[in-house]
Amino acid sequence: MADPIPDDRQLFDYVLRLADNGVVLAQRLGEWVGKGPALEEDIALTNVGLDLLGQGRMWLAYAREIEARHAPPGRDEDDLAFLRDSGEFRNLLLVEQPNGNYADTMARQFLFDQWHALLLRALSGSKDGRIAAIAAKAGKEVRYHVERSADWVVRLGDGTGLSHRRMQDAIDALWMYTGEMFAVDAVERQLIAAGVAADAAALREPWRSSVAAVLAEATLATPADGWMQGMNGRGGKQGLHTEHFGHMLAEMQILARSYPGARW
Amino acid sequence: MTSNAPAPRPDPAEAAAIWRALATVVDPEIPSVTIVELGIVRSVEPEGGDWVVAITPTYSGCPATRVIESDIHEALAQEAPANVRVRTVLSPPWTTDWIAPEARRKLREAGIAPPRHGAPDAAGTAVPLQRLRGDRDASAPTGAGGGDVACPRCGSLRTTLVARFGSTACKAQYRCLDCLEPFDYFKPY
Repeated sequence: MADPIPDDRQLFDYVLRLADNGVVLAQRLGEWVGKGPALEEDIALTNVGLDLLGQGRMWLAYAREIEARHAPPGRDEDDLAFLRDSGEFRNLLLVEQPNGNYADTMARQFLFDQWHALLLRALSGSKDGRIAAIAAKAGKEVRYHVERSADWVVRLGDGTGLSHRRMQDAIDALWMYTGEMFAVDAVERQLIAAGVAADAAALREPWRSSVAAVLAEATLATPADGWMQGMNGRGGKQGLHTEHFGHMLAEMQILARSYPGARW
Repeated sequence: MTSNAPAPRPDPAEAAAIWRALATVVDPEIPSVTIVELGIVRSVEPEGGDWVVAITPTYSGCPATRVIESDIHEALAQEAPANVRVRTVLSPPWTTDWIAPEARRKLREAGIAPPRHGAPDAAGTAVPLQRLRGDRDASAPTGAGGGDVACPRCGSLRTTLVARFGSTACKAQYRCLDCLEPFDYFKPY
């Protein structure tokens, strides 16, 4: 089958990566609705999820425009979110990991937020004006995500013996998904050279130092970098996902797939 | 219409009618303030014989955005000339610094502390660590907002952060340590 969007293939792929991180993490956070450990937390989780979903929609709307240049009218936000299969999603493996306990959820958020903020700051200088505009806007929202998740890492890490242990376990278990955030593949390499994409490898040191500072404040150990998931072009960014993802997607997509074109 | 007919000269009275119509649209979450006062309407400009209303969204995921857009179309259909288009612009991004002084007063009257001036830099990751603990320590003079967020009811500056997200994504929950009432704080954006 002919590639429908040969010229903008990489840009489309890159924008989908940005979109899918937001959409997938928003879905995970939405799974907490009505089950948060306190009313304030229930509300905060879903507000963070709403921010990420709104950002995901802006990226998806741009992806559609790129696709429409070659295959008009292009798939709209709903089609892209609800009618793609697992292998077509481009999110990081980190954001699709299950919610687990509250420490698992906040550790996942913390590791992602710290990276997300750095990425958006870099992207706000993109030569692609649309990417720069969305990144500048999203960055204002992510600033509050960063504060909140760091707060929870400290609160649980420097809390009781049990909360400390759970937060350390969560950080340790998720660490192997952090390498992918800084892995640059062929799609990104060309866009970085064109000044469109952010150089993810350059985010690694600032990420590591600010993550380590919060973990130290939380009396937690920063894990050593061991074997990392999703490297060498075989990760979420290339459409290879963990076993959890299909289950999440089934729940996320069942309504749209069972009742095509449903409106309410 | 012939293709080389000159575009009609924009009539300033039409622009005034459009602004009047826009000033009737309120934020569904905060009905005491209008979208003009919130800075959502960026401009009303003539363009090729039409009028273009430029609006900018507030929070990316704000559920009120769609309601506001449809309210704008409804208000314009009723009050404004027919040749009006609405365009959404993302850049420069909306900021709480665009909220008019009058709206700040109305927010306070509605029990919501208005945002402090000076929108924060987007997306720094370096969270000052003392802020993380200061927030929870009611005796700390300056937590994440304690110290510079005045209680909208009694005006006290002795307030403390309860949660960084309140009834909507744009607000945080605070508590006043003097009158003891909880209140929403419209976060700087």
